[in-house]
Amino acid sequence: MASDRNPQVAGLAPFAGFNAKIPFATGPEANGDRKILPDLEEAIRRTGLKDGMTVSFHHAFREGDKVINLVVETLARMGFKDLTLAPSSLLGINAAIIPNIQSGVIRKLFTSGLRGKLGEAISNGLMDEPVTFHSHGGRVALIEQGEIEIDVAFLGVSACDPFGNANGVSGRSWCGSLGYAMVDAMYADKVVMLTEEIVPFPNNPASIRQDQVDWIVQVEEVGDPAKISVGAARATTNPRELLIAKLCAEVMEHAGYFEDGFSMQTGTGGSSTATSRFLEHRMRAKGIKAGWALGGQTGGMVDLHEKGLIGTLVDTQSFDAVAARSLQANASHMEISTQFYASPLSKGATVDRLDMVILSALEIDLNFNVNVLTGSDGVVRGAIGGHADTAAGANLSIVVGPLLRTRIPTVVEQVTTRVTPGETVGVLVTEHGIAVNPNRPDVAERLKAAGLPVKPIGDLYQRAISLSGKPEPLEFLDNVVGHVRYRDGTIIDTVRQIAP
Amino acid sequence: MLLKQEALAGTLESSDLFIRITPSDDPLEIVIESEVLHQFGKQIRATVEEVLDHLGVTTGTLIIQDKGALDCTIRARVQAAVMRAAGETTLDWEALK
Amino acid sequence: MRLRRSMLFVPGSSAASLSTAFVFKPDSVMFDLEDAVSLREKDAARLLVFHALQQPLYDGIERVVRINPLDTPFGHDDLQAAIRGGADTIRLPKTDTPEQVRELEAAVERIERDCGREVGSTHLMAAIESASGVVNALAIAQASPRITGIALAGFDYVMDMQTQRGDGTELFYARCAVLHAARAAKIDCYDVVFSDLDDEEGFLKEVDLIKRLGFNGKSLINPRQIELLHNAYAPTQEEMDYARRVVAAAEKAEKQGLGVIAMGGKMIDGPVVDNARRVLDRAAASGLRKE
Repeated sequence: MASDRNPQVAGLAPFAGFNAKIPFATGPEANGDRKILPDLEEAIRRTGLKDGMTVSFHHAFREGDKVINLVVETLARMGFKDLTLAPSSLLGINAAIIPNIQSGVIRKLFTSGLRGKLGEAISNGLMDEPVTFHSHGGRVALIEQGEIEIDVAFLGVSACDPFGNANGVSGRSWCGSLGYAMVDAMYADKVVMLTEEIVPFPNNPASIRQDQVDWIVQVEEVGDPAKISVGAARATTNPRELLIAKLCAEVMEHAGYFEDGFSMQTGTGGSSTATSRFLEHRMRAKGIKAGWALGGQTGGMVDLHEKGLIGTLVDTQSFDAVAARSLQANASHMEISTQFYASPLSKGATVDRLDMVILSALEIDLNFNVNVLTGSDGVVRGAIGGHADTAAGANLSIVVGPLLRTRIPTVVEQVTTRVTPGETVGVLVTEHGIAVNPNRPDVAERLKAAGLPVKPIGDLYQRAISLSGKPEPLEFLDNVVGHVRYRDGTIIDTVRQIAP
Repeated sequence: MLLKQEALAGTLESSDLFIRITPSDDPLEIVIESEVLHQFGKQIRATVEEVLDHLGVTTGTLIIQDKGALDCTIRARVQAAVMRAAGETTLDWEALK
Repeated sequence: MRLRRSMLFVPGSSAASLSTAFVFKPDSVMFDLEDAVSLREKDAARLLVFHALQQPLYDGIERVVRINPLDTPFGHDDLQAAIRGGADTIRLPKTDTPEQVRELEAAVERIERDCGREVGSTHLMAAIESASGVVNALAIAQASPRITGIALAGFDYVMDMQTQRGDGTELFYARCAVLHAARAAKIDCYDVVFSDLDDEEGFLKEVDLIKRLGFNGKSLINPRQIELLHNAYAPTQEEMDYARRVVAAAEKAEKQGLGVIAMGGKMIDGPVVDNARRVLDRAAASGLRKE
């Protein structure tokens, strides 16, 4: 008898057959389709989700996302209460969750940002608990520190195989890099994959791996890739944006980091995408190439990569269809998680190796602090994204923006909301001139030597208000509606409810 | 200056403003809707009132939809609306400063 | 001596353009009350321009207003707005005869007196847009001491000539005639606009031609063309070095009270020194030419 052969050792369970201790049937009896469930409700039941737990999502489809609203709606229907929602970010389309906040389905919120009606509602006091705003790297740090404990991650993908191997470049609705979702797959207690299609095993590459996925549910659609670039990435023919882009390219050329093998992140605003076009000419003229480019990738970066001017594209979010296609086709287009990208607590954050980053700003103040979260009316209408992470990591961070947006000055005495601390911001580029942080005299020196219009940031401020008039201070109530967390988890500012 | 007819001036383009001015016997009423109301509402109203005062407009209704216009644009648009409402073709430049 | 390489058209009816055009740093900005403004917006555009002229941020840029012709119902009111607003220069469209310039000059002087502006402080520029304008170019250029430049406007001119815009042959006589008139009158001369915004190569080819002919610059309709134009007019290192040597020699001669300027054993004429100073001005404004 086999049992006679089994040794008895205190504290160790005795062997009882090859299948006895494994939670699912294996071997000849294994059901390769066992993770596939008929519907979302069933999947939610199987995860053991309870009131008060935390659910998470990725936002790679941005304004085209169809998963977050669907899942929240389903959770509401099933009667869940007091949940914490921890998506990597929320966008305008997620205004649909407002009734579920009002009815108590969602009690707490972590996000990189808010837009549209949801941002307005929260700025007007929709939630009892303040929202936690984090950067991309900061989110991973909150997860690593245990402040965000993801009980169930609901991850939308265009296609996966029956075991859950998934990427963003197969099936119909490509989102490209699954950089945000990779973190949730790694850290969540349970992972439910929502997929448009189930493809034969193995689905390669496996950005999200079978050993991370618990359940799979097929749904009609997870996202509309055409809406990924809405409101963020776009090409510009606006002469003012082109002027800023050209000045920015000149700053990049002369600031001291424009050497063969340099690295950069260009972001997605109108001016920053245009900058990549101006850079091409300068790289050719100097006979140099970039070693790699980081961040949200766009068609502009792919173009430079395919022309041989950028060695590797390091991609945590693909901002358009061209970038997604390149991730699929180009061997040196590399998909990375946001942990790999920017987590200050990981053993290696790519932002720390970055030479130059181009960043946007809703406001920048006389101490170079930057606000990318709240608008001129005090309402949350933006996202931190990788702003604070790249500014901290890069050798030089360059903030670009128009001096005025209609009548609203970008350069202000003090930012409404401090997201990125001034000590990590190197240069401001506007169509009226360039300001260099006094903590970077080396850069100021080099830009002046190149004949660029460098002036004190106070001069740019004066110029702005000589046109616009001095803005009246915004009125807020005492009620705090948001905590702005720096990437290391510390609190760097609060957002208060706007006065009615 | 006497307002004789309803008049419009300006556009709803960014950095501009649109004004509708209607004559009435009641004291001046100014309604301002603006994208930049939180930070510039008081300044916009002060500018509009100053321009109307210089032009001697004391009655009527002004409805303004502002798209973040600078002060110089606001002055020009209010003046244009008043001139049109008054049916004036020759301008008193001294009152327009 | 003012640099007049680029004159940027800004539609007088566009609030957004009027309040931002200075950021592109053209040598001259031209607020247009004529063709860019529809008949029912003439009154409002005039007021927009009047107030935009008073914006301090146009400092350092020549502010030109293109008025409607004086025989239209708008011309004289436009002139009031321009002069009282503080325009540096009035651009008169469709100038066919020197009499039109003299009529304008008289009207300008009246307004200057009325509003307390220094008499003579408003400059004039005549745009030549017809066959008779080209034939009368010299008389127009010399019609008033206030005239600082004449500009050729191609669209109406080619219509008048019963031809159309092409490779430049159709403008050849007009360009040469207008330019000679300007040089004989010792004033500046602007070439026509280049309207295909996407044809950068064609624009640069035309700029090269008119620069070699001797034009000071061009009227422009898109800010994106400004830098291309300025760069094309910027000197090379070699031209710059030579100009510096010439100016240094001239200054040395002046210091020593010599009537004759010598450099490397050769005599240098006054016009060569003037030309060298222009080269240095352009370099100071836009640096050296980037290929």
